[in-house]
Amino acid sequence: MNAPHRDDAASLMIEREPYYQPLRGEVAMFEAAWNNRVPVLLKGPTGCGKTRFMEYMAWRLARPLVTVACHDDLTAADLVGRFLITANETVWVDGPMARAVRLGAILYLDEIVEARKDTTVVIHPLADDRRTLFVEKKGEVLKAPPEFMLAISYNPGYQSVMKELKQSTRQRFVAIDFDYPPAETESLIVARESGIGADAAARLVKLAHMTRNLKGNGLDEGASTRLLVHAAKLMAHGVEPRAACSGAIALALTDEPEMLSAVHELVSAVF
Amino acid sequence: MNSSARSSSAPLGAAEIEERFEELIGAVLSSRRTATGLAGQLAGQPRTVQEFTLHWVGITARSSPELAYQFASVAPAAIEALGVAGAEQWLIAAMDVFDREGLYRAAASLKDLPGFILQRREQAGAVAFEEVARVLEHFLAGLSGRPMKLEPDDLPWTDTATVYLPRRIARFATREENFRAYKVTAALLWAQARRGTFLLDAARYPGAQRELALLGVLESVRLAARFERELPGLHRDIDALCRPALDARFEQAARPLRSPSAGVADSLDALRTLPAGARAPDWAFLGKLEPQRALEVRAARLLRDKQELHSALARMQNEMRGAEMPAAEGDPMPTAGAPRLRVALREAEQLEISVELDGRTMAPPPEVTALVESILQDLGELPEEYLVAAGEGAYRAGGGEEAVELIPGADGAQGGRFYDEWDFRRRHYRKDWCVLTERDVHPGDPRFVASILARYRAQVWHLRRSFEALRGEDRRLRGEPYGDEIDLDAAVRGFAELRTGAELGDRLFVRRERNVRDVAVMFVVDMSGSTKGWINDCERESLVLLAEALEVLGDRYAIYGFSGITRKRCEVYRVKRFDERYDALVEQRIAGIQPLDYTRMGVALRHLTGILGAQEARTRLMITLSDGKPDDFSDGYRGEYGIEDTRQALLEARRAGIHSFCITIDREARDYLPRMYGAAHYTVIEDVARLPLKVADVYRRLTS
Ligand SMILES: Nc1ncnc2c1ncn2[C@@H]1O[C@H](COP(=O)(O)OP(=O)(O)OP(=O)(O)O)[C@@H](O)[C@H]1O
Ligand SMILES: [Mg+2]
Repeated sequence: MNAPHRDDAASLMIEREPYYQPLRGEVAMFEAAWNNRVPVLLKGPTGCGKTRFMEYMAWRLARPLVTVACHDDLTAADLVGRFLITANETVWVDGPMARAVRLGAILYLDEIVEARKDTTVVIHPLADDRRTLFVEKKGEVLKAPPEFMLAISYNPGYQSVMKELKQSTRQRFVAIDFDYPPAETESLIVARESGIGADAAARLVKLAHMTRNLKGNGLDEGASTRLLVHAAKLMAHGVEPRAACSGAIALALTDEPEMLSAVHELVSAVF
Repeated sequence: MNSSARSSSAPLGAAEIEERFEELIGAVLSSRRTATGLAGQLAGQPRTVQEFTLHWVGITARSSPELAYQFASVAPAAIEALGVAGAEQWLIAAMDVFDREGLYRAAASLKDLPGFILQRREQAGAVAFEEVARVLEHFLAGLSGRPMKLEPDDLPWTDTATVYLPRRIARFATREENFRAYKVTAALLWAQARRGTFLLDAARYPGAQRELALLGVLESVRLAARFERELPGLHRDIDALCRPALDARFEQAARPLRSPSAGVADSLDALRTLPAGARAPDWAFLGKLEPQRALEVRAARLLRDKQELHSALARMQNEMRGAEMPAAEGDPMPTAGAPRLRVALREAEQLEISVELDGRTMAPPPEVTALVESILQDLGELPEEYLVAAGEGAYRAGGGEEAVELIPGADGAQGGRFYDEWDFRRRHYRKDWCVLTERDVHPGDPRFVASILARYRAQVWHLRRSFEALRGEDRRLRGEPYGDEIDLDAAVRGFAELRTGAELGDRLFVRRERNVRDVAVMFVVDMSGSTKGWINDCERESLVLLAEALEVLGDRYAIYGFSGITRKRCEVYRVKRFDERYDALVEQRIAGIQPLDYTRMGVALRHLTGILGAQEARTRLMITLSDGKPDDFSDGYRGEYGIEDTRQALLEARRAGIHSFCITIDREARDYLPRMYGAAHYTVIEDVARLPLKVADVYRRLTS
């Protein structure tokens, strides 16, 4: 649970260019936002490439990337930092947010709505033109260097009203809309990521579209690019296509027996 | 005794058996018809078989010694073919026939052992419509296009809105094969609707049954070929069912239909080239073609789609222009510069639609996309006249005929309140248009709630558990490894121990868990006449389970129903107010919820928004349970007007800081839902029986 002590900017750098297939101008948009010190909100369904995009942008801008996967136990102290008691003294340990600010890194708060409500309080001054982080416990005010950037992600598909992003948070960010890529691009990604052939990748994408047709008609979400990549990797390692799709796609989408059979039938229609 | 113990497992001898037969069926034996032959047959069998036979001969003889004799004569063969249990079924089936149709038929049934064996195999492998309907409905929805309903009928066919499937398929030995026949049948009927079997004028289709049947075969060849490229797995399944194969001359006529560009017109051409005596093959998935019915349905849908597209485009135009310069009241619709719709077909099936208006391009709302798709599916193109704005959406200026009337007896005295209603054509509210009265639901059966809880006992237990997990509590966790404050007790203790040489632990913090659930939720139940029967029952059951869950959670909640007839008599029914406890009276009111009149939803939502808005809570949630479109008896609430008013009422709720979630029980057209629920989340439940648990589930997901 304790934050890692190592504060090594180098370890947060992304060395090799991550594979990222640009979709519709999001790279230019992000760069413009970074140049102008405007924070960014990535909006889009699960598994559509948001995390991969952040890795790519961090590499491109040559900044360290600090990623925090938010969850409902995440408190402001987890983000900012806290005192720890050792044998006979108390020492301060930076949380990921303070560390990112000091390093001038790109801070990516993944699934921001999952975090506790009180965490938004520390985000706000960092996300507007003050660009400061108040480290309350230490009485310290950290001013973010120009290279620092805050990015958050948000999946509007959530149904919980408790998890809607507050307007006061939302309006601090420039939004970049993500969605599943167009069919040819998505096939390309699936093929690149897994090593399967173009034809098999196109079939997987076809299947994904069919499950996306069922969204709201019995499925909460259709199959994401991520699920396709998973299935494709299994197939690349010799798993029979139908078995791969059952395991990686059908069962990941639903537990409801009738829907499960329907998805299985769609799988066997495609292959 | 000793000898009888041995003899209980050893086979009986012929003489012994003959003696028993004479006891049991002596009445039908004579000097010419003795039991000797029967006994000889049975003597060579194991003891169990002998006892089984004698046992059932005895039972049968009580109804008919003659039937018992017949049974005895075929029993060894039957037991060999069917086993003891199967033979028992076979005999019982014959005894049923005896009871219904007498000895002659019963004896015939016994003798038709091969027939029974065949039938039994069918029974084991048979698949019924009800078993597959939901899976196939999902399957077709996945294949995409306009949603289609499934209904059972004698023969498979489609009118392009509904796919009719046989009630039962038992043609093959195994369930897998029969299910496959269902699936292939459904897919090919889907393809008829989707891939243009009914795209031509009525006059082009043959009238004679024989020719229609042949056209059906040719169309299935054409549609199957389309699957070969796109869905090879499905094509394999179809192929497996095309047995026996077409004869050479039929095949030759059908060959051009396997080209990707073939259409129904090519099938009609092929029909003409068929040899004179051509006969339709006996393929499992073939049904009938009903072009005239399909064309009627298509024509009606096109008319509706056209109107809806016109008004949707007009609405887009309004909204865009309205954003720039709010139109004055009663302004006629501007007609110049109507939006241009641009439709591009990407790849095989993916549509890309954009709307161009006043030089700007934008993505159309989902209902426009759905309409365009539906029209393309029916016409294969999008004619100019479909792309006109206004039409329905335009409002006649100066509609003075609908001035507010005086409504006697509907003011303060009876607790009636006036509400505005949204007129989408005028784009403004009609002042004080509706009168709404609040009443209590008349209490119903006091045992209702208990009986539902008993029926759902297992589920209720499960529900309580899952809601307990959600229950928020304001807790201070002491002795934690990290936290916001130092736990002084633990620290003092720790340092004291440190002095004594022990190691200082790390559990020295207090962590506050702030998890307070500050929720006020309002359940709004449709009490319109259309909920009569099933839906009403399930609504009430849902409320019982929900109340159970909410009591566990401790969330504040209220339950109201609504109905009414005309704008002058809108009614909201109290089941449970926020400040009321869930007591016996509330239980009886839940039981007393009844289907009444119509669904004028907007005004009810406005009234209830007021009540919920007055609750102090961090999260205010309104959940409606209804069975579909808003509707009222008169003054044009039905259709677009009601949809738009409901939409507006939900927007108002949203502005008042209320989250709405709408649960719709509706198997019909869903095209209007995205529009109507614009400001709200919603879900569609097709299977009413699932409603009770689903409602609780929705609530849990909404608030977790
Ligand atoms: N544009 C893209 N270029 C390259 N790979 C992609 C792209 N989009 C998706 N992927 C693939 O999809 C996978 C899932 O994407 P990623 O983890 O970035 O999703 P995400 O949007 O962050 O999802 P979540 O919201 O669930 O965290 C990636 O690991 C990658 O394989
Ligand atoms: Mg991610």
